[in-house]
Amino acid sequence: MELFQYPYMQRALIGALVIGLAAPALGIYLVQRRLALIGDGVGHVALTGVGAGLLLNRSPVLVAVIVATLGAITIELVRARGRTSGDLALALLFYGGIAGGVMLVGLSDATSANLNAYLFGSLTTISPQDLTTIAVLGAAILITMLALRPALFAVCHDEEYARVSGLPVRTLNLLLAVATAVTVTIAMRAVGVLLISALMVVPVATAQQVTRGFRTTMTAAMALGLFAAGAGVWVAATADTAPGASVVLLAIASFLVVAVAAAAWRVLRRRAVPAAAPHPEPHEVVLR
Amino acid sequence: MTSPVITVTHGVVGYDGRPVLRDVSLAVTAGEVVAVLGANGSGKSTLIRAALGLVPLAAGTVELFGTPLRRFRQWQRIGYVPQRLGAGGGVPATVREVVASGRLARRGVLRPPGRADREAVDAALHAVRLADRARDPVATLSGGQQQRTLIARALAGRPELLVLDEPTAGVDAASQEAFAGALHAFVADGGTVLLVAHELGPLRPLISRAVVVHQGGIAHDGAVPEPAGHHAEPDHDHVHPHGPDEPAGLWSN
Repeated sequence: MELFQYPYMQRALIGALVIGLAAPALGIYLVQRRLALIGDGVGHVALTGVGAGLLLNRSPVLVAVIVATLGAITIELVRARGRTSGDLALALLFYGGIAGGVMLVGLSDATSANLNAYLFGSLTTISPQDLTTIAVLGAAILITMLALRPALFAVCHDEEYARVSGLPVRTLNLLLAVATAVTVTIAMRAVGVLLISALMVVPVATAQQVTRGFRTTMTAAMALGLFAAGAGVWVAATADTAPGASVVLLAIASFLVVAVAAAAWRVLRRRAVPAAAPHPEPHEVVLR
Repeated sequence: MTSPVITVTHGVVGYDGRPVLRDVSLAVTAGEVVAVLGANGSGKSTLIRAALGLVPLAAGTVELFGTPLRRFRQWQRIGYVPQRLGAGGGVPATVREVVASGRLARRGVLRPPGRADREAVDAALHAVRLADRARDPVATLSGGQQQRTLIARALAGRPELLVLDEPTAGVDAASQEAFAGALHAFVADGGTVLLVAHELGPLRPLISRAVVVHQGGIAHDGAVPEPAGHHAEPDHDHVHPHGPDEPAGLWSN
């Protein structure tokens, strides 16, 4: 525990906790609209922003926020048009993003260690300014996702119904796209662009094994994200492992534990009360 | 003089260049209960989807409550009941959470739900006899109960007009009765209904006018037609496996 006396470890822990809380709060909407891997794609695009930032000697995180936001908006517009070529357009964007990032980082004076810091995260090198950015943007994401839950739930659950309800569907979709880009970029320093999606999606997948409603799933996913982030940083500090990978592996381990426990619980309950059969299906037709 | 609720004038809809509706006009006035009937693929669902702006018109105009669709903003006056609940990405949602979405048209995006919202959701759940399932995940409900959930969602917004797309298709008897009861109460309170149906079943006594869509045009507009031929037999199950499919892309995003 004495490792956490050092300010850089404290910053690592706080940064990870903020992201552990914010990423699943956004991720639940992405999972619900079957865009679980969108964070991965936006992360690829963000890498081009990192490269551009390093090349231009600007803050890589700031440039990455801008580039990732543009990328996410493009992805959303392609999705909304719903053409069959959509997945090909996304593939072009994803691979263009990562190739552009690698090329621009190579052109700059940055070393491959620099690139690795963004690909796989580098929690322990978070500066106080970085932490401020993470905390402010993370809080903004969290507040938005919680405050707009009824509207975002409606749009992700049934987009046509949301349109007939007069909701600003396009604005809400773009808001989700921008929030994804921002979350990806702030999480980039913690778990890296290649592992971001895990923190958005895995806690949600874990929570929905045992929950019955949307709100409880969201709360449980945020708690699981917080746990994975905190425990991951602690494991990384004690066992000297990569923090990003430790956080993600812990999240996946929680998923496996909960999935097995939930399955076992269902089997046990069925054996314990054999008489409590489910209601018989109602009749399909009226017989007169 | 009754006020217009839905007015479609010379509406034309095509999917990928293939005409689905050609020159269709439909007027629904306040207090009417209009059934749009027709075979699979006749364009009856497309007609109501076009009236709500979910499908773009290639030609013609739509007015809702006397306002052109483009400028219409009073969506809280309309309760829409789609054919079925989308599966979503598998994130669980309780019946109550789905029904509560019906309050958004009235409340707006930013205002948190209040007491009036909770009471309206309770009343809507009660109207479709699902109050005891409010905390259950919708995915665990039968098809008919899911359909009732969608009707409760529309009723929760306290609309003046209900638009229902095949509300009774593949729905069990208990749900059909609960649904007919809820609709009866809605009409008794002065509500207007536009529904698409393949069969009317227990709704038949409620319908004030029937519109039959055939091959993208309106073939009949007036009294509810009597079932003919084998359709009139009491054990006719109204399943048409040989019927042409709905136009491609109708239900896909």
